[in-house]
Amino acid sequence: MLNRLPLALGLAAGLAAPFAAPAVAQHVETEIHDYDFPFEGPFGSFDRLQLQRGLQIYTEVCAQCHGLQYVAIRNISDDGGPGLPEDQMRAYAAGIEVEGEDGTFGPASPQDHFPRSALENAPDLSLMAKARAGFSGPYGTGINQILFGMGGPEYIASLMTGYAEAPECAPEDFDGYYNTAFANGGYPSECVDDHGHREAPGSWIAMPPPLMGDDVVYADGTPTEVEQEAKDVSAFLMWAAEPKLMQRKQAGLTGVVFLTVLAVLLYLTNKRLWARHKYKDGDH
Amino acid sequence: MSQVDEPHSATRRDFIYYATAAAGAVAAGAAVWPLVNQMNPSADVRALASIRVDISGVQSGTQLTVLWQGKPVFIRRRTEEEIEAARDVDPADLPDPLARNANIEDAALAADENRALPPFAAEGEAPAEGSEEWLVMMGVCTHLGCVPLGEQGVYNGWFCPCHGSTYDTAGRIRSGPAPTNLPVPVAQFVDANTIQLG
Amino acid sequence: MAGIPHDHYEPKTGGERWLNGRLPVLSLLYDTLFIPTPKNLNWMWIWGVVLVFALVLQIATGVVLVMHYTPHVDMAFASVEAIMRNVNGGYMLRYMHANGASLFFFAVYLHIFRGLYYGSYKAPREVTWIIGMLIYLLMMATGFMGYVLPWGQMSFHGTAVITGLFGAIPFVGEAIQTWLLGASAVGQPALNRFFSLHYLMPFVIAGLVIVHVWAFHSTGNNNPTGVEVRRTSKEEASRDTLPFWPYFVIKDLFALAVILAVFFAIVGFMPNFLGHPDNYVEANPLATPSHIVPEWYFLPFYAILRSFTADVWVVIAASWVTGGIIDAKFFGVLAMFGAIAVMALTPWLDTSSVRSGRYRPMFKWWFGLLALDFVVLMWAGAMPAEGIYPIIALIGAAYWFAYFLIILPLLGVIEKPLTPPATIEDDFNAHYAPKAGGTHTAVNPAE
Repeated sequence: MLNRLPLALGLAAGLAAPFAAPAVAQHVETEIHDYDFPFEGPFGSFDRLQLQRGLQIYTEVCAQCHGLQYVAIRNISDDGGPGLPEDQMRAYAAGIEVEGEDGTFGPASPQDHFPRSALENAPDLSLMAKARAGFSGPYGTGINQILFGMGGPEYIASLMTGYAEAPECAPEDFDGYYNTAFANGGYPSECVDDHGHREAPGSWIAMPPPLMGDDVVYADGTPTEVEQEAKDVSAFLMWAAEPKLMQRKQAGLTGVVFLTVLAVLLYLTNKRLWARHKYKDGDH
Repeated sequence: MSQVDEPHSATRRDFIYYATAAAGAVAAGAAVWPLVNQMNPSADVRALASIRVDISGVQSGTQLTVLWQGKPVFIRRRTEEEIEAARDVDPADLPDPLARNANIEDAALAADENRALPPFAAEGEAPAEGSEEWLVMMGVCTHLGCVPLGEQGVYNGWFCPCHGSTYDTAGRIRSGPAPTNLPVPVAQFVDANTIQLG
Repeated sequence: MAGIPHDHYEPKTGGERWLNGRLPVLSLLYDTLFIPTPKNLNWMWIWGVVLVFALVLQIATGVVLVMHYTPHVDMAFASVEAIMRNVNGGYMLRYMHANGASLFFFAVYLHIFRGLYYGSYKAPREVTWIIGMLIYLLMMATGFMGYVLPWGQMSFHGTAVITGLFGAIPFVGEAIQTWLLGASAVGQPALNRFFSLHYLMPFVIAGLVIVHVWAFHSTGNNNPTGVEVRRTSKEEASRDTLPFWPYFVIKDLFALAVILAVFFAIVGFMPNFLGHPDNYVEANPLATPSHIVPEWYFLPFYAILRSFTADVWVVIAASWVTGGIIDAKFFGVLAMFGAIAVMALTPWLDTSSVRSGRYRPMFKWWFGLLALDFVVLMWAGAMPAEGIYPIIALIGAAYWFAYFLIILPLLGVIEKPLTPPATIEDDFNAHYAPKAGGTHTAVNPAE
């Protein structure tokens, strides 16, 4: 029994770790769907065509207001990313106006970054997929994040598809658009009961519904209903936020496998080393 | 453990010890490499290893100086007289008889056609007339790294104000302390108006 | 080294004699590496080596990250992104560094609780303990300052909150806070100096680690029985001990490999799990995140800080006695630092005649409760300060202080401890019976 103390301590500390990520701790209910993405799981990888479709949505819809300032245009032809051929990437760059060092505007070169947000209140999207956690809990333990991931892309996709008919309690002229996935927006006091409980999930967001379905025409013939578009742009934004995702998983896997082998070897060495000092009963 | 087992056991023990030591050494090496490699040029720096320069605005007899990888590059559209003067020289008589052109073989001689940049030619077509019009070279004196001045000196080429090295209209060293011709970097026309450096 | 008698280094070649006669570095290395170590050490004695590894990992990755980082409010966030996107292997270096801090604290907490259970702080190891506590404080300062550097939302507003703690000190608080920040609010001066200190402190920690090791190499390691190694003769001592190399080095490296496999799994597959999503939003002084939480390793003490609100009777009493000088905010700050201070004072608060918790039937339960308390406080610290959570945190905080200030001194008086084994050898042999008929004595470590 005495020997179990280390185990107990280890377990205790192990349990402690999940408390680290309380993420969305507000008491606002939101509806985040656990959409499937090809890059999930230890072996998942980005789907090149999906990233290209997402880039198209970003370019034709999001980029009207939002920026992508930490991503360089050259990155869209990276292997493991959207992988656009170089001439297409150069053409894409030429279609973007950037301000040069001398203050004049001209076509961007591949080394330039995507522009910043055009609208003051439209956040930059480069890191959005990591700056939001769709999943949390239960009870502040973060176990859901271990099971389902942080939920960044799921949050974005849920936000895109989360526009709904406002609940009846809300006044007609309430500012913004009702969205079931958005946590931090305005909320009409008419929809909050005496105990502070909200009648409907989500809140009111300033952004009008960006995707209505058939917003773009996909070159690969993929259907363009809202959910498909939302997933594609979320996948693209996940790549924009974590372009090294696949390399990172590869490095992690290599590390785990190699260290496991090393641990086994060290275990055997350790056992042999101590063998002459430890002789259990009946072992001789 | 009986006596009979002893030798066999000893070999196996040795093997495990060696295997562990080897795996440990690999782990140490694998840990050190990223710390070393992070000092190599990063992706944004590498992306600048190749730049495209729009030369549509460069008139005959003028020069465009661009910064490439932290160094000036001279892109000169030479006049007929300059080309003539450059062609009139036998490379064997020069202080540095080699072309110093990264686009052709190292042993090539410093004839003017080996210094000039071939103009744009669509696939399968021969280069247009006046094919030695463009001269692209590093604007760093091969003596001690000053930036030479254009259209100067007795050869009406480049003149280095630091120690008086004089280059001709093909950027070849003619007099002064500089040891070699101004090097021609990797360059090519990607369309009629664009030169890609690197 | 003083302490346990053992073989000393004998130079074998002329070269060794020459060097060692001028600088006894070979003697030092030999005595450190081959130091006699109690052979009954269990798996809780691996954390020291894990901690040394974590320190080296943090310094190595930190030094290279600095080559790409820019400590400027307009460029810090972007420079971190450039590390993640452009620098060769930069994403791994940065994730290793960020999660390395968690590994560091995970190991240090287990290391501390190991010491608390087996009485490693008791005489004659008080200096080792105190230096350990200093290292822990410096680790917290370093970890906090490092978290500021990415200049995200949580960096910025967390800094505002933590430096605000110093503002709670009566009379001089505001002046101290301004001095810390170099301005009235968090900004460029704070970022620049925190960067400097974040780089400096690990080296101070490394120096203290050397002193820490020096101290317990002089007294000898504690061990699960708390019984000292016999020192009357080299022969007797060698029956209680084995040399550190190779026996404990290999054992510790095995444990380290297992821990690092888990570490790589976290870095590779969920590197942002222990971080906060808000820190991927660039710092904005105009917008505060809805819920500011420190990193997980600060949470227990953060919970203690928040638990003493103005309606708690000790706070009311303290305020009344001091004529309002100690208000709830300052009381919380005192409680937070006090929680660490009482831990540092353990050597003088524990009155037990027996060192190891293994032979203390009542202590064991109270200690288990303390470990649980630590976890509960950590959890309460992560929850919003409303509803039932402040009450849970307050109970947790109360137990923390009660354990060190009341239970530990009293237990020594009322508890009847069991009799520990006479020697370490006895304990070892109880687990691993000696070879039948064989002489298990005088093991030659060179074999």
